Amino acid sequence: MDFIGVLADAFRSALGPSAAAFAIATVGLNVHYGYTGLLNFGHVAFLMVGAYGTAITVDQGAPLWAGALVGVAAAVVLGLAFGLPTLRLRADYLAIVTIASGEVLRTIVRSGGKDSLTHGVFGIQRFADDFFDLNPFPDGRYGWGKFAFSERQLWVLTVGWTVLILVTWFVGHAIRSPWGRVLRAIREDEDAARSLGKNVFAYKLQSLVLGGAIGALAGILIAIERQSVNPDSYLPVGTFTAYALLILGGAGANLGPALGSIVYWFVIEFTNGVLNEGIAHGWIPTSVIDTTDVGAVRFMLVGLALMLLMIFRPQGILGKREEVLLDAR
Amino acid sequence: MPVEHDPAAIESRAGVDKPDPILVIDGLYKTFGGLVAVDVERLQVEAGWITALIGPNGAGKTTLFNLLTGFDRPGRGRFSFMGRDLTGQGPHRIARAGMVRTFQLTKSLSKMSVMDNMLLAGADQRGERFGPNLVRRSWRAQERALEERAVELLERFRLVDMRAEYAGTLSGGQRKLLEMARALMVRPQLILLDEPMAGVNPALVESLLGHVHALKEGGMSVLFVEHDMDVVMGISDWVVCMAEGLVIAEGPPSAVVADPMVRAAYLGTRADAPMAATRSADPR
Repeated sequence: MDFIGVLADAFRSALGPSAAAFAIATVGLNVHYGYTGLLNFGHVAFLMVGAYGTAITVDQGAPLWAGALVGVAAAVVLGLAFGLPTLRLRADYLAIVTIASGEVLRTIVRSGGKDSLTHGVFGIQRFADDFFDLNPFPDGRYGWGKFAFSERQLWVLTVGWTVLILVTWFVGHAIRSPWGRVLRAIREDEDAARSLGKNVFAYKLQSLVLGGAIGALAGILIAIERQSVNPDSYLPVGTFTAYALLILGGAGANLGPALGSIVYWFVIEFTNGVLNEGIAHGWIPTSVIDTTDVGAVRFMLVGLALMLLMIFRPQGILGKREEVLLDAR
Repeated sequence: MPVEHDPAAIESRAGVDKPDPILVIDGLYKTFGGLVAVDVERLQVEAGWITALIGPNGAGKTTLFNLLTGFDRPGRGRFSFMGRDLTGQGPHRIARAGMVRTFQLTKSLSKMSVMDNMLLAGADQRGERFGPNLVRRSWRAQERALEERAVELLERFRLVDMRAEYAGTLSGGQRKLLEMARALMVRPQLILLDEPMAGVNPALVESLLGHVHALKEGGMSVLFVEHDMDVVMGISDWVVCMAEGLVIAEGPPSAVVADPMVRAAYLGTRADAPMAATRSADPR
């Protein structure tokens, strides 16, 4: 069994562009759910408007940096559109509206023809050349043996992890202020915050917009790395993956999203490698799991891992146990 | 501080005018389905007094609190606080105007420290605005001042040793104290306490009453809900009794206790209470 190869693949996945982008997206979700208690079930929509805002703008002839700005601005508008009608209502309405509008938005993007703004199911490709033209790394492979990245990937990773560090720092800094204290109070009991003179609605809206804009950055990063946007990349499962790794890392912990994402992508790729190797060497009979089942089985294993985590460490890897215990009182 | 008016000099009659009212209620009306929860024709709360709001279960005391603090909207009627009409304003605006409430079921923010509970309540914090909050220098001085005030209050309420603990670890009585102390951080003119003694260890009731009295000494007006008449007698300057949404009597404690309508409301005999005849029967 090529154990080194499996491990190298797993580490490459854990530090790869998807891990970085999902970590960024989850930092945004952490602002919503972890700190403010907003049940945003349509987070993937923020990634989509970020990605499409960028791609469409470049497709129309503008430079990439302008596209990225449009992408973030689109997420701000989406945050307001989600929040203004629903944030005065009970928490579950936001969940209903976000999950539904995310799908509506995706269907609209998908329904255009080849010549429409979004190019419908065909999506938009090759809009991020500006980004790769800036790549300072010369051609080649970077790393050791099988644990290596191309100069392209390395450039994406450098930018991706830098953005992650910056947004994590920014959110941590904002949350440690009196502003963050109000958000946490709203998470605990919004009526208490109201009774003390806090405009709960305004804070929820700010939280939704800030987290959404961070989600858009993740969407932009993924789109740039793939040089492609396509409506079917933004299915609701993306939101739930972000929730899975937020809970894994610890909701409300500042480094939770980064750690959760690294662990998640490691486990996904590691189980994938182990199962495939096991089947290839005949240790796992194909009558039990065939190579075509591996993709599904690894998600089952992740589900099992999350269940065990909830039973034995409900606060996640970095969460505070005392806080979870207080819920039981 | 203005002169305190003597409650004994005022007529004991529901809806009577007070010499220096801080809160004036005018025709406040609220129904839930077919049930009239609050129907207060006229009620004035005098500044600088401790006013008790009593009445049997379901009398509309808490609903009246919810209306006054913006947590619920009246079907009709108005109320003004310190001369300002606050009808229809949201809870945060009413709190900022100087009328702060506590809750019957305490709302301590259990996953925040006792100190954070206190600091949260500070009014007009620069660091609570997005933008300035990112520049620590712009709010640090204000935060320190708030911390000092919070420590003073926590000392007064004997919670200062718990400042770093999660509020969720406090006992029921301590949570009531924390909620009261936290409300004071807003620097209110009128504090509305919804059953501050409910669910509190009897040994703590005396000390809670002492704290309520201290609020008055500090120049604040207090309106508190309580349905235990014995608790009310010793501490309040004025008592307002509600039943089935109406104010049926008000006056100094001794006068209200002797009132036959109040006795009827508490004992549940309505035969000689005219207010019951004109209204639909309470389904409960």
